[in-house]
Amino acid sequence: MKKYSVFAIAREAMRGHKGWEEQWSSPEPRKEYDVIIVGAGGHGLATAYYLATVHGITNVAVLEKGWLGGGNTGRNTTIIRSNYLYDESAGIYDHALKLWDGLSQELNYNVMYSARGVMMLAHNVHDVQVLKRHVHANRLNGIDNEWLSPEQAKEFCPPLNTSKDARYPVVGAALQRRGGTARHDAVAWGYARGASARGVHIVQNCEVTGVKRAANGAVMGVDTTRGFIGAKKVGVVAAGHSSVIMNMAGVRMPLESYPLQALVSEPVKPVVPCVVMSNTVHAYISQSDKGELVIGAGTDQYVSYSQTGGLHILQHTLDAICEMFPIFTRMKMLRSWGGIVDVTPDRSPILAKTPVPGLYVNCGWGTGGFKATPGSGHVFAHTIAKDDPHPINAPFTIERFRTGRLIDEAAAAAVAH
Amino acid sequence: MLLIRCPYCEEERPELEFRNAGEAHIARSVNIAGETDDDFEKFFFIRSNPKGIIYERWRHMHGCARFFNAVRDTVTDKFVMTYKAGEPKPSKLPGVAK
Repeated sequence: MKKYSVFAIAREAMRGHKGWEEQWSSPEPRKEYDVIIVGAGGHGLATAYYLATVHGITNVAVLEKGWLGGGNTGRNTTIIRSNYLYDESAGIYDHALKLWDGLSQELNYNVMYSARGVMMLAHNVHDVQVLKRHVHANRLNGIDNEWLSPEQAKEFCPPLNTSKDARYPVVGAALQRRGGTARHDAVAWGYARGASARGVHIVQNCEVTGVKRAANGAVMGVDTTRGFIGAKKVGVVAAGHSSVIMNMAGVRMPLESYPLQALVSEPVKPVVPCVVMSNTVHAYISQSDKGELVIGAGTDQYVSYSQTGGLHILQHTLDAICEMFPIFTRMKMLRSWGGIVDVTPDRSPILAKTPVPGLYVNCGWGTGGFKATPGSGHVFAHTIAKDDPHPINAPFTIERFRTGRLIDEAAAAAVAH
Repeated sequence: MLLIRCPYCEEERPELEFRNAGEAHIARSVNIAGETDDDFEKFFFIRSNPKGIIYERWRHMHGCARFFNAVRDTVTDKFVMTYKAGEPKPSKLPGVAK
């Protein structure tokens, strides 16, 4: 792997950019690997990367039915924050946030992490109580979060409508300054490049069609559209399709998959300096470095794998955006899309061993998995390498739905689901 | 937006009038307090989440307000049929192979 640097750019500029190499190789799959990761999204590629760098396990294949980063990694709204209520969630999301800081240097790949601040608006007494509770809980966990008056919120985000005459007036806001955004594609590409350079095989257009188990129940490998590939350890990181893959291994999951939509506007000059979220009117918005407003909508109400969604969901979100930012009422929207998100009953992820020996699962990130990508990959690699969870992901078991030890961000989460 | 046929009102109405109420044909135990943890987990949390034909409950919230069941393909979002609550799970589906 040739290192990217200002000198490399200068050198290539001198010779017509003929020396750039492919960022990752596309090898023919071997017959057997030590570890197979199902799904080449951000979480899967990060898992492979940390298996190679932290645990020295490089005989790894990442199998992807489509193209690398073409699922929810390339469809999310790129928001990063760690202001979750419960200790377990704070642990895993802040672990990720700490890795975001410095990830570009670690990967030698610009993931464009920008700690521009995530501001959550309060519109009524209930919002104030909930968000202040979050501020206090976060601070007890060593996570930055502060309370802003409407005037301070306006100062932090000038286009915000803080008029008292608004239908849902802003009465305060919680601000996590370390929160922000990153370039989602670059995260997948950077991890893929780093993993590939260390010997990990990234196999695209290779759909897993079955999970083979030995007579004693342990995993033997997976059937794919490119034939059987053996492995004693298989990690399922398939987002909306996680329950489909797990069913192939005979494990029924506490998951339901829903379409989640997002949309972007025409590009304009910098106008939104941070991420703004509102649960009450249900909208969130930021501005990409290209200048597009990036707007996240809600999920549809029914289970679906259609990677689309109802137009009324988008309209509802745009109503809310126009309420918060009246200056955007005449903005044109460029495109919208959907992804399939796998949602658990308590809205917390599952990163765990499974009842099947050698089978591991990293799923249930629901509507907000992107922010956790580095932390999730880091602790999931540990879980696979040691056959034992990292202390940070130990609470995120499948068994919690039997024991009742839920991590109930569903009721507590800082966003509506 | 989906168009959903309410089997009570006997007409197709826009999705906005309806609330999805999750997977259908999950029987609640008559002795819920006596359930084992395993069985309670299956009843309360585990879902089939199929990629393909799903049996699901809907409620005609802003119409007759009654619950009913539907069969839908989760890949195309097309409804195969709807039927009244309490009717058995259809064994044969019109226009669906297998």
